[in-house]
Parts: sequence; structure tokens; C-alpha cells
Amino acid sequence: MLSAACALLGASRVIGVDVDADALAVASRNLDQVDHVDLVRADVSSLPLRDNSFDTCVMNPPFGTRRKGIDVDFLRAALRLSTTAVYSLHKSSTRDYLLSRAVSLGAAGGARLVAQLRFDVPKLYDFHTRPEVDIDVDLLRFDVDASCHAAPARPLPDATPRRRGARAGGRRGRRTG
Amino acid sequence: MRLVTHNMMRSNVKDVSEDEGYPLIIEASEVKSEECEFNADVIRRLVPKMDYKALRDAAEKVDPESALPDELPDDVVDEALLRKLHHVLLEIHVVEGDLVCPKTGRRFQITNGIPNMLLHEDEL
Repeated sequence: MLSAACALLGASRVIGVDVDADALAVASRNLDQVDHVDLVRADVSSLPLRDNSFDTCVMNPPFGTRRKGIDVDFLRAALRLSTTAVYSLHKSSTRDYLLSRAVSLGAAGGARLVAQLRFDVPKLYDFHTRPEVDIDVDLLRFDVDASCHAAPARPLPDATPRRRGARAGGRRGRRTG
Repeated sequence: MRLVTHNMMRSNVKDVSEDEGYPLIIEASEVKSEECEFNADVIRRLVPKMDYKALRDAAEKVDPESALPDELPDDVVDEALLRKLHHVLLEIHVVEGDLVCPKTGRRFQITNGIPNMLLHEDEL
């Protein structure tokens, strides 16, 4: 869906990356009516993409509940691929940590909070123990270049409308170009 | 997989550097052409971000009639050439085939336009 959104909002070329074949099959059907998007099946730990090939990366990485640190792995990879910005969704509880580590991960211009959301996550996987749970989620923007430095984070009004977070906690991510 | 995507891709085989693993060799068994809207400005901005030699070589393989020139001017303004580049970058799709690592020969299958670049456990 993120790939479709990027294309519909005017990205001239978009590459959607996911490790899961079923997710890609669904994406492929959804993208039938959308131009400019290609899909690639790959794992974040061995991305088959050249560094600095994209202006922007937009992603919803796993939250790191199950595989600790995977959210940071996604950020590092996305920042290598992008020349301008990475927009990424993360648990609000990790906000301070990620903002403080932004530069060391590859965002020379730092990072800031763009929006706060709330995901209703139904039980999607075997490791989920509750039938449903609310998660506070941040949309963060990481600036790759020091010259487009991020403005300091400012408090935002409490969250936007609830959203069915089918992707929260999954292994998925999207890349755009 | 369009050629604009192929141009961004490299081999992810272990111990293969970006230079050694680029570009991936295309061996296509099914290619299709799908028209999409031409926008000269988009193509003009896109072209400098491409590795032109890799694009030209790939185009020759999957669409021998594409006939791209050996070299491009610094800024492409000629509309006929922009349309050719548009066709090659965005309208040609490799539907089935393989991408091959130029260093190791490792093959990655393309199915329904999607290259599967997952490495096996013993390759990690």
C-alpha cells in the first residue's frame, strides 16, 4: 500500500520490497491499476539495491518485538539507499532512542517526529497473545543530508484517527525511489 | 521488472562488492511491453540517475529493436530520444527469466515480474 501511495502521489519510480511472497502477491494485485511500481522479493539483511539510488524511502518495518533490533536494521539499510529522507513507522516507546541515534544510523541531518498514530492490531501471528491491542506508533522522518537538518521535534496533538494496523509487527517494509 | 528497476539492482551474494556485482545479467524468457503515459520532464530528470551503459546493454538484450545511441548528451532534450528512453525504462517488463550475478553466476529467478533475491541459509 505504501508503494501505491508513493506512486499515486507522484513518485516517478517506486520499488516495493518485501520478504514475504504472499504480501507481494497481494501487492501485485493491488498495483494492477498503478503505474511506475516494481516489486522485488528480498531480505533487509541482504538488499540487492545500490546505495544512494533513491531519493526517499517510506517504510513500515517490524517493530522489533520479536526480533530485537530489526527496526534499527531497517533504518540503517534505508538510510544507505536514500539520498534525502527516510519516513518510517516505529513504536512510540522507541522514539527517544531512535531520535538520539539518528545520526549514528546514517541520518546526518537528524530525525524528527512527523505524526503520531494509534494502531489497532488484531491477533495476526502465533506469538501474539492477546486478541487485539492498541499500539502508539510514530511516523519519523530521518534526514540523510546534514544540509536539510530536521527541525526540533515539537509536541503534536494527541493521535490521529484509529487505524486497523494489519502491518504492525509484521516483517514488511517498502522502499520507494 | 522494468529496466529502471534493474538499473538500481546489484548482486547481494556474500563477498561480492557493489562494483563486482553490477549490473546483474538479464536472461529473459518472457518480456512484455506495456504503454504508460510519457512525461518528458520525468524522463529528463530520471536519465542522469541511471547508469547509461548498463541500461543500454540491458535494453539491447531484452528489446533488440530499441536501438539506443552509444552515448547520451549531458542533457537530453530531443523528444524522440526521450520517448525511446521512456519506452526502454518504463514500458518494457521482464516477466519471466533470471537475473545472474556477474561474478559468481548465481541465478535469481524472476516470476510474474518479481525477482526473488532471497539468499539460501547456507549462502548467508
